[in-house]
Amino acid sequence: MPPVPADLASRMTEILADHRGMEGSLLPILHAVQGAWGYVPQEVVPIIALDLNISRAEVHGVISFYHDFREEPAGRHVVKLCRAEACQAMGADRVASHARQALGIDWHETTADGAVTLEPVFCLGLCACAPAAMVDGRVVGRVDEARLDALLATVQA
Amino acid sequence: MLKDQDRIFTNLYGMHDRSLAGAQKRGHWDGTAGILALGRDKIVEIVKASGLRGRGGAGFPTGLKWSFMPKTSDGRPSYLVVNADESEPGTCKDREIMRHDPHTLIEGCLIAAFAMGAHDCYIYIRGEYIREREALQQALDECYDAGLLGRNAAGSGWDFNCYLHHGAGAYICGEETALLESLEGKKGMPRMKPPFPAGSGLYGCPTTVNNVESIAVVPTILRRGAEWFAGFGRPNNAGTKLFGISGHVNNPCVVEEAMSIPLRELLDRHCGGVRGGWKNIKAVIPGGSSVPLLTQTQCDDAIMDFDWLREQKSGLGTAAVIVMDQSVDIIKAIWRLSKFYKHESCGQCTPCREGTGWMMRVMDRLVRGEAEVEEIDMLISVTKQVEGHTICALGDAAAWPIQGLVRAFREEIEDRIKARKTGRMGAMAAE
Repeated sequence: MPPVPADLASRMTEILADHRGMEGSLLPILHAVQGAWGYVPQEVVPIIALDLNISRAEVHGVISFYHDFREEPAGRHVVKLCRAEACQAMGADRVASHARQALGIDWHETTADGAVTLEPVFCLGLCACAPAAMVDGRVVGRVDEARLDALLATVQA
Repeated sequence: MLKDQDRIFTNLYGMHDRSLAGAQKRGHWDGTAGILALGRDKIVEIVKASGLRGRGGAGFPTGLKWSFMPKTSDGRPSYLVVNADESEPGTCKDREIMRHDPHTLIEGCLIAAFAMGAHDCYIYIRGEYIREREALQQALDECYDAGLLGRNAAGSGWDFNCYLHHGAGAYICGEETALLESLEGKKGMPRMKPPFPAGSGLYGCPTTVNNVESIAVVPTILRRGAEWFAGFGRPNNAGTKLFGISGHVNNPCVVEEAMSIPLRELLDRHCGGVRGGWKNIKAVIPGGSSVPLLTQTQCDDAIMDFDWLREQKSGLGTAAVIVMDQSVDIIKAIWRLSKFYKHESCGQCTPCREGTGWMMRVMDRLVRGEAEVEEIDMLISVTKQVEGHTICALGDAAAWPIQGLVRAFREEIEDRIKARKTGRMGAMAAE
């Protein structure tokens, strides 16, 4: 189990206060939680459940239903590679196996030094400049092996 | 060919200014208050008369859908929800609207919401669309600053708020009731219908869910008149439509064209033709990954509209045309779609949850030819047991491409199985 973030209680109070009175606030709250710590810690589930007056099972169900929420902390940087058709046609498979080899990890894994997490993503909407990638929320187009190496060099430094 | 002055989306390719000032220069947000002054009933009547059918896939008449909304409130608010969760493989039209011509959508939201008595609109955009979200949010902010949204929107006397909500990576949230569940902060699992959203939708209130393109074309229809829009395409298939062509054409593109355009004209005129010439076509999926494919013979006289494609047991869907030439392993291409639907099945209904997995595993063996010939019929029987036996259309969408494949390429599948069994190259592979 990852260590509980020290500021969990105080940040959670803030996040819940920000979304008070909003309809259908569970997804925005979870997006905010993931924004704060990079993942959704197990410990927030009862806090959110109590605040929204829903069961813990319902909160857990939502977290596990959507691919975007992670229950384990990611590495310091997250590299997402597009796996959709247009990118595959432009060589995304090659780039993906290059990435897995260069990092020595498979999909959804984090390098041993905790620097990089590698994830597949389905269509970033950048088919015109495929293959596409996303590094820490920043989208990058025309990612061939050389550009991927350059990207990895910046995040591994 | 559609003339430039008849195009609704004048900045589809982002060549011009996408800001509010630029959009106004191209004629958007022109006299919006005057359009709302026509009144609810008149607007719905014009949209009905234009023959606009929903652009999200099912092709339900948009004006008729709006008319299901209650005329007077029973105390519950009404909502407009725009489905911008465009995630189907091959479909890439809405993102061009949101990225380059977002004001067509926002103005359409105001008009549509007024026509159904809604003061609030939610635009549900898929989480992976980063640039689109930025562009749309920027456009919304501009509109609020300019007084086009908010209190007394665009000087019309109608209070209107528009919110952008982003998803979290689930294809099923593009189904309208799953989208509503997701907006409410729950798992995106489709609801049983009835009650339909117009009776009980978002938070149990009357709701209409429309596709981005259906909403974005409305302001122009109202400015130019129903007759103008109805003048394109065959009867019952009116209007202009965004086609997104991908695959083995020389120049893949998203283009606005008149409905009922012949497929061949669409590909030759806008996409530089099929790679290796027209005869090099193996199959075309005419409407996004969920519709059955067309064979080469069908392509010769294919007309791109709802009715013609339905007669051919296919469908217009989202008009995402996927062209595949002779180099394609068609069985593997359909397997890829099966894999997609298996991955995205939400797991609520047993036939879909289990059936998509079965279908994918049989397809997997068909790709390699490690199967018995009888299994083709078994596969078809599984698709029939999934189709129509689920809450939402994802089960149907998973079944149709396989049915289309077997209908058109049964010989090729059998050939591969026999070749594998005998160790000799099949007759068709030897050609």
